[in-house]
Amino acid sequence: MTTALSLRNIEKSFGVFKALGPVDLDLNPNERLGIIGPNGAGKTTLINCITGVLKPDNGTVHFMGKDISHLLPHERARLGIARSFQIPRPFIGMSVLENLLVPLDYKHNVHNKEQRALELLQSVGLHTRAQDPSGSLSQLELRKLELARALASDPKVLIADEAMAGLSDTEIDEVLDILMKLNESGVAIIMIEHIMHAVMRFSQRVVCFDTGQLIAAGTANEIANNETVQKVYFGEQTHH
Amino acid sequence: MTSSLDIFLNAISTGVVLGSIYASIALGLAITFGILHIPNVAHPALVIVGAYFVYLVGQWGISPIPAALIGLPVFYVLGMALYSFYSRTFERKGQANVLQSLTLFFGLSLVIEIAIALFFGSELKSVDADYVGSSLILGPITMPYRLLVPALFAPIMISALWLYFNRTHSGTAIRAVAHDDRALSISGINPTWIKRHAFGIATATAVVGGAALIIMGPVEPFAGRFQIGRVFAIVVLAGMGSIPGTLVVAIMIGIAESFVSAYLTPSWSPGVAFAILLLALGLRPQGLFGAAR
Amino acid sequence: MKRNNLIFALGAILILLAGFFAPSIVTNPFYFFAGYVIVQYIVIATGWNVLGGYAGYINFGAAAFFGSGVYLSAFLFNAFGLPLWVGIIGAAALGAILGLAMGYLTLQIQGVYFAIATLGLVIVLETIVHNLPGLGGARGMAVYGPAPPEWSGGPVQYVFFVILIIAVACVALARWIEHSWVGRGLRAVRASEDAAECSGVPTLKLKLVACSISGAMLAAAGAPYPFYTNFVEPVTAFSLLIGLNAIAMPLIGGTRSWAGPIIGAIILASAQQIATVTISSELNILFVGVVLIAFVALAPNGLLGLAKRKSAGTAQ
Repeated sequence: MTTALSLRNIEKSFGVFKALGPVDLDLNPNERLGIIGPNGAGKTTLINCITGVLKPDNGTVHFMGKDISHLLPHERARLGIARSFQIPRPFIGMSVLENLLVPLDYKHNVHNKEQRALELLQSVGLHTRAQDPSGSLSQLELRKLELARALASDPKVLIADEAMAGLSDTEIDEVLDILMKLNESGVAIIMIEHIMHAVMRFSQRVVCFDTGQLIAAGTANEIANNETVQKVYFGEQTHH
Repeated sequence: MTSSLDIFLNAISTGVVLGSIYASIALGLAITFGILHIPNVAHPALVIVGAYFVYLVGQWGISPIPAALIGLPVFYVLGMALYSFYSRTFERKGQANVLQSLTLFFGLSLVIEIAIALFFGSELKSVDADYVGSSLILGPITMPYRLLVPALFAPIMISALWLYFNRTHSGTAIRAVAHDDRALSISGINPTWIKRHAFGIATATAVVGGAALIIMGPVEPFAGRFQIGRVFAIVVLAGMGSIPGTLVVAIMIGIAESFVSAYLTPSWSPGVAFAILLLALGLRPQGLFGAAR
Repeated sequence: MKRNNLIFALGAILILLAGFFAPSIVTNPFYFFAGYVIVQYIVIATGWNVLGGYAGYINFGAAAFFGSGVYLSAFLFNAFGLPLWVGIIGAAALGAILGLAMGYLTLQIQGVYFAIATLGLVIVLETIVHNLPGLGGARGMAVYGPAPPEWSGGPVQYVFFVILIIAVACVALARWIEHSWVGRGLRAVRASEDAAECSGVPTLKLKLVACSISGAMLAAAGAPYPFYTNFVEPVTAFSLLIGLNAIAMPLIGGTRSWAGPIIGAIILASAQQIATVTISSELNILFVGVVLIAFVALAPNGLLGLAKRKSAGTAQ
């Protein structure tokens, strides 16, 4: 079975600071993978290496069996890797609908782009805001727009980078719902999150990062009870 | 009898001295663009204002160096006022606003130049000093004092600034605000106050740079245009924020220009700094001395 | 959408017809002299805006491109006797190459460095023109153009019509870009380059396209100039007023639409024509500089932006 994503020996340093690596990671097709770890552990650096925004010092990235290590970010996006950003980056100055037309411009099999954009907005519950300026959206709406925009390119892999930060419990459930439905339609999802109950509910498999290294992997339950992970989050436990 | 060795030695010495003068002009920009990340393209125009200030004060019989010293507090206040105007115009920060602030300073530089032209006229203005007109002769090297004396300004300023930034409380605060102004405000120091202070210092260096320029030769209101390419080339190549690096790079550029002038023709030398800048941007955008961004 | 295209095409044809028949109706050549400058600035402002407004990359060296177009056109005619339309195409090609080179060298880093590099470009090109033989150096060179065709009504009427054609062509192109996927991609780049790249937008390619088209338009604006003044010299060809106006006009009119540069050019160029006649040219530059600062500080989206804000009312 070809993996959806395959990372081997990925390393990245910024000057003297080693942010990542070496890291080996696989993502299976249609899998729900959670990535946790404290701030500064290298999670976003990893994502940037996968999407091509950063060039790793070493290592390779394979997507659906194909080596994409030398492809530019927009080429990887067109192949089917989509991401949402930690802090939403809507295209300010353009309407909500237009935000979706941007990735749709590079899809050649779509006949009516406005129609498709509206469908996507409907799937995340934003269709009533289609003509509104993207700068006027609330926090939750911005995150939905991020997801909708990522979906517009018909991805096979979606990377949700802290897509639920700053949301209330009901809002978190809404986003989780969207992501679950997406996974059911065949998209593999990597979820980077600090909100533990969301990650644990959502993920089939969880990996934990600390100081640029992958320190633990397993099911949600295994990770929750893993001593190394607990130490990383809560410090040394003096009682046993 | 001028041998080729003579030409070579003179080209180098002229280059070093010229580079040092360029450094005194670029220093203020090294602070505002290099440390504060404010792309103050109006700085060369401010240097010209400094030159005209020295000229004006010279009309009352005060020679250039004391004039520049008198100018220091005046320009410090001017710099603070400029920063206040700038920060009030751009409350929020963001990518688009970097380019908007560039445009603001560009417009400002033009207004400054025109104002000088309207006030002083467009003819060349110069200053007198005892040493202007004679030269120091060291073996094969002839060094006019009008170049040698202003060349001393930059090393003095840089040493003073280095001591200030590394040994004093407020100087360290300026370096800190460049890295993280939120952390600075948490530690009780107002980042806006510090930045305004830094901008004031940067503008104060402009009057010294202006003095250097007008001692070297006569100036006209639009002389700043020719310095912009050089000055940015120096700051970018030195690696944003490296104050001592400014002098080293400036001297390198000065020598390059001097060689082009001596061995090719003087009329090509304005383009040298820009060509170097483009090459450097293509190869090493983080400069020669600075940290990688 | 189709109807709007038809309306625009009709408007363009009407304008061209008006320009063609103008010499028979307007007898005072002064209007053609003044009109040339205004229409020339429409081209300059439109060209600048393709990169500056649509993509958000500020070019401070528009004069470099304009001056290059002026000199290439003058040189092609003086040295080889090539007609004006060859000069226009040549200038556009040169401008495109120059824009491409500038973009390729600087756009892969931050936008600030592109802007800074454009600052130095004017001095460099002026230096090159000073030093290249056959271009007249600092003293400049005269260009005695061919006799204008019979139907045009005179030399200045002829160049006026030529610059009008260039303007209509450039505005049509800018409008097409704005409404196409190219314009949308550029707007995305302007809003958030990283997000655009990760959405599949080939950001570098689009920026380079914008650089080339912008450079081509700016240079094309300069091509008829030698035949307008019959004399070219570096100071006016690379004048700082051109660079300043190139930024101020789109800023005043509104950078987000093809109509903004036109509005800004007409308002500012007319004001300057009146000003140069009544007050001094230095005060003219001062006025433009102050207006530029005022608009950057208070109304960065220009007059069109203000109008949009007013009509949107409380729905902000």
